[in-house]
Amino acid sequence: MKIIVCIKQVPEGLDVKVDPETKRILREGVKSIINPYDLYAIEEGIRLKERFGGETWVISMGPPQAESAIREAISMGIDNGILLSDRKFAGSDTLATSYTLSLAIKKIGDFDIIICGRETLDGSTGQVGPGIAEHLGITYITYVSKIVDIKENEFECVRLMEDHYEVIKTKLPVLITVTKEINVPRIPSLKNMIRAKKIEIPIWKAENLGGDESLFGQDGSPTRVIDVWTQTIKKEGRKIEGEPELLAEEILNELKKIGVL
Amino acid sequence: MGIKIIYEKCNLCKKCIERCPFGAIEIKDNKIVITEKCNLCGLCVKICSEKALIKEEKEKAVINLSQYRGIWFFAETRHGEIAPVSYEMLNAAKKLKVKLNEEICGVCFGENIKEKVKTLLKKGANKVYVIDDAVFCEFKEEIYSKAMSYLIMKYKPNIVIAAATMIGRSFIPSVAVKVKTGLTADCTDVDIDEKTGLLIQTRPTFGGNLMAKIICEKHRPQMATIRPKIFEPAEDEEDVKGEIIEEKIEFEIEDRINICGREKIENVVDLQEAEIIVSGGRGLKDGKNFDIIKELADLLNGAVGASRAAVDSGWISYPHQVGQTGKTVKPKIYIACGISGAIQHLAGMQTSDYIIAINKDPDAPIFKVANLGVVGDLFEVIPILIKKIKEQGGK
Repeated sequence: MKIIVCIKQVPEGLDVKVDPETKRILREGVKSIINPYDLYAIEEGIRLKERFGGETWVISMGPPQAESAIREAISMGIDNGILLSDRKFAGSDTLATSYTLSLAIKKIGDFDIIICGRETLDGSTGQVGPGIAEHLGITYITYVSKIVDIKENEFECVRLMEDHYEVIKTKLPVLITVTKEINVPRIPSLKNMIRAKKIEIPIWKAENLGGDESLFGQDGSPTRVIDVWTQTIKKEGRKIEGEPELLAEEILNELKKIGVL
Repeated sequence: MGIKIIYEKCNLCKKCIERCPFGAIEIKDNKIVITEKCNLCGLCVKICSEKALIKEEKEKAVINLSQYRGIWFFAETRHGEIAPVSYEMLNAAKKLKVKLNEEICGVCFGENIKEKVKTLLKKGANKVYVIDDAVFCEFKEEIYSKAMSYLIMKYKPNIVIAAATMIGRSFIPSVAVKVKTGLTADCTDVDIDEKTGLLIQTRPTFGGNLMAKIICEKHRPQMATIRPKIFEPAEDEEDVKGEIIEEKIEFEIEDRINICGREKIENVVDLQEAEIIVSGGRGLKDGKNFDIIKELADLLNGAVGASRAAVDSGWISYPHQVGQTGKTVKPKIYIACGISGAIQHLAGMQTSDYIIAINKDPDAPIFKVANLGVVGDLFEVIPILIKKIKEQGGK
């Protein structure tokens, strides 16, 4: 079985600091990490290999430094990694990103399962996973919380919806996006860390992927950001202290004032 | 493609460096350089007073945009009924119509849904395209996506909006790929640019700390998912004269998904629809203490939420989690009990209409977003509150 995990490198944390005078976002010293949701995707890929055998791949599209994210995935236990990096990919929105990743997946070929995180920490669109599946023309299931079994080419999983879980069966190949419920990501082992350090990570550029170059990067992206600004929500709140009885009374009065009681 | 620098014009004023949100512009050897961090957003081009920066764009085969007309919204159904969030989408469409003056069309899929969509007309839709078929009785991405893109290609709408619920977020992305257009996720506002007539889509990134305005100039339809609870549900209108257009499945469907079981989640955790949410965090100290949270929520007719700390401790299941890695909610009232307010949690609830926080620590960050901050022990305050509400006869 061939398992391909798609990951993204993102800046750590949500605390976007802004210079109050220039309004510029300060990124100095902000560490780059694997998108936290993708850690569950990586872990599930490794577990599937442990349960059912096969080989695992990790791919990522990003600037050259995203190579470190791939090495980190390998240090957790993924077998192979490929970085998609080219200036031609810059400015990609979710349509161009999913197209580019789908070309790389086709190039790797003979895949059975593609795993993505539910969304990313920075953009949080959740659109790239379904987009890849659509480009590949394969089935996809979002918000998967458990992989029950894989027999022959029948795939069974549990997925989370708004107010219920569903047990779903489908045929391979399939793309899934996973939630944090699915597993607890492992700590890299020493052995894999050494392997991750030594392994060669091929870099695929636009010319390596084939496909229609006009669909890469900014040219292939229908959406365009026209403005960005930072926002901090601050409420004109009041703080109360005192005896529990009084505090409870105050909350009650507030609920009445809003009209819930 | 890319940002071009005309060095003869550049006076090294550094305004572009300051404006760049991605830190992609640097000075090397007394010259401006654009690094690989560049996202091609073009803000540097706008700010440069010397016109030393130019955005190069390739000419694309332009599709005939004028043939795309109409503001469409997807009317989501759940368990055979039109979901309340659908009326919010209708209201968003009504807002757009004020400036765009194109007709509002609902799209609804379901089984035995034909009669039910009349409420959409009553609330202001000019048309509703409905496919009433048993294949839609369960939500399946592939079938929904196929049906939606079939209708889009047939009728060519200008704008398509849908709720950013699990259903919307699951199938709309593949619709956008099928019809080869742009899609903006999780918008917190949509508007029409009066000059260009384009859809201005505003969305949060970085958990709401950074906002972005996005447009889709040369592709149609312009598509966006919109967060629940941003728009009020549409009201009934006096003059009702819309029409229902019944469509049939005249396209091939591949039904590769077999839903063979269902499990309800306790305490109705449709957090995105809830008007009132009572959430518990680390301060509860133990899973069984969630009982008082549940009791308070029940009394107020609300849903139960939780912080990541509470979920990771195994006190309550993941579907209850509010925050960056859980759900983003916007209820009328959010009551945070024993939640310190890590930025990831705030990202998921800070836009709630009214926030009450109960915490022992007067310096807890949750108080920064609270309308009413209660410094006290939740184990003392909540039982008294519960007693008082009961004395009132509950909600």
